[in-house]
Amino acid sequence: MMNEQRREFIKKTTLGVFAGLGAASGLVPAFSLEKTALPVWDEKPVPGKIRWGMLIDTRKCKEDCQQCIAACHHEHNVPAFKNRREEIRWIWKNSYRNVFPTADIAGVSKEIQNRTFISLCNHCADSPCTQICPTGATFKRWDGIVEIDYHRCIGCRFCMPACPYGSLSFNWEDPRTEIVDPVTAYPTRQQGVVEKCNFCSNRLVKGLLPACVEACPEQALVFGDLNDPRSDIRMLLESNVTMQRKPELGTKPSVFYII
Amino acid sequence: MIEKALKGNRSYWIWTVFLVALIASGLSAYYQQRWFGLTVTGMGRDASRGMYTVQFTFFIGVAASVVMVFLRQQKELTETVIVALFMAASAALMSMLFVVADMGKPDRLLNIIFYPNPRSPVFWEFLFLSGYLATTIIAGWAMLGAEKKGVQPPEWVKLLIYLSILLAFGILAATALIYSCLPDLNFWLTAVLATRFIASAVAAGMALLILVTLALKKTTGIDTGKEGREKLAMIATYAGAAHILLLVVQLFTPFYSNVPLIWFALIIGFVSVILLLLPSSKKSEPLFAGACAALVLSLLIEKSTGLLIGGELVPVPLASIVAYVPTSTELFIAAGIWSLGALLFTALLKVVVSVKMEHVG
Repeated sequence: MMNEQRREFIKKTTLGVFAGLGAASGLVPAFSLEKTALPVWDEKPVPGKIRWGMLIDTRKCKEDCQQCIAACHHEHNVPAFKNRREEIRWIWKNSYRNVFPTADIAGVSKEIQNRTFISLCNHCADSPCTQICPTGATFKRWDGIVEIDYHRCIGCRFCMPACPYGSLSFNWEDPRTEIVDPVTAYPTRQQGVVEKCNFCSNRLVKGLLPACVEACPEQALVFGDLNDPRSDIRMLLESNVTMQRKPELGTKPSVFYII
Repeated sequence: MIEKALKGNRSYWIWTVFLVALIASGLSAYYQQRWFGLTVTGMGRDASRGMYTVQFTFFIGVAASVVMVFLRQQKELTETVIVALFMAASAALMSMLFVVADMGKPDRLLNIIFYPNPRSPVFWEFLFLSGYLATTIIAGWAMLGAEKKGVQPPEWVKLLIYLSILLAFGILAATALIYSCLPDLNFWLTAVLATRFIASAVAAGMALLILVTLALKKTTGIDTGKEGREKLAMIATYAGAAHILLLVVQLFTPFYSNVPLIWFALIIGFVSVILLLLPSSKKSEPLFAGACAALVLSLLIEKSTGLLIGGELVPVPLASIVAYVPTSTELFIAAGIWSLGALLFTALLKVVVSVKMEHVG
């Protein structure tokens, strides 16, 4: 199963254009399974246009497991500041109340309320962070990934309050002193710029799955093209009741949750 | 003309040296901030905006509000126009410096121009603000030059002033947009915000301008006119009353009434507007000045606690609320920027006073 998924994935990242064309040939069916009334996709599939997304099956996620966080933070040289004021995080765990603060709590079992949920950048289709960035250092890629140019960022930090999910971290001081086991494959950041999850765009170009997806021992994370009706993520979205974070804000997140 | 700023009496030099000392301490604090990063401030993950943002917002208001003086082309205010232009320029410079102080990578400031994002209100803010700084200082300088020669200012000065009026409304709108562009911060997500920005800005700016002209009269004997000040006071009173009304309306929205010091700001604002309305305050200069100072203080408190702290404490639905307290480094940097603005304003006013003295003498 895993190998098949992976083969399919590699096919897509290398032959993305053709895959996108395939997606465009079929119209997107109407989705009634979403808990939100808002359209999930920002637009109809355009030939060659990919929109990467992630589905987190929180039923599979183990409470004391931190492997996705460790893998991501190692992969991207994320410094391990201990105090909350300076904390840098790309992927982290939080309570139901904090991840879905505006979701209905009535009818949600105690077990779910006490569980922790993985949070990361939602790579919104309508991203407030890219809108407020004065230099376009935080920008939207053609494949839906919200990426940061660390060399263009002026450190004005307006993106931080703009993000309703708290996904952006600022380097309040030099992060290089706090990187536990630095890797050379991904750049470190300077003091004074913002950073966040990049959906592993650095791995996607190599045809690899995001580090967190690969690291999860329970395979709770599914990554794929939301614009491709035949992708695993789309099939799972169609056959499950899923949630997005704060859907009422209209940011159209690309990260979905099965509770 | 600038050489006139280099001649002055003892108290002028004491004031200048005092400002320069504060600027130097601000620079050394800024050096520390550049070296160690913004970690030396009280800001952090949960309070990503702090004192710099408050000051920036306040001085944006002061700078922009001054256009009320040019908008009402009245005889009583002609003497005030140059002072108002220079106050606008100094305040614009200060708010720009507060933006730079707030940046993690100030050396990349020009990326805003090289790689502009036209969807971002922050970009427009920067554009309008630098334009406003340029137009006000050029117009003021040209008017002063004309006054020195005893001729009418050239026609293009009028055009510059009209342009600056447009830019002023632009910066106020862009500031309000920056705040209301943050979708999750429902505290700021209100249509009243832009209106309230304009009202409070005009009230604070006019009250400050009155204080400056009073100080000018006291220290140099150059008087821009009692009638002019009364006109300014009228604008300040109306704007202050409008601001208080809008603030009271907002007190009925969730959370606002719990913001620290907001009631204090409201009460002294209310008292100062009442005082400005009383006919007796027009007769007593100390009372008049006191009322203006109280109005400025009220708006400064409202901007810092009401707008910023309130905005940052409330919207975060996370259980852990981290209160923001500025550090001494931040205070020194802020004091340095105030002093730099004050030094520029003092030097410009010195030139104004010297030119006017020549005419008197």
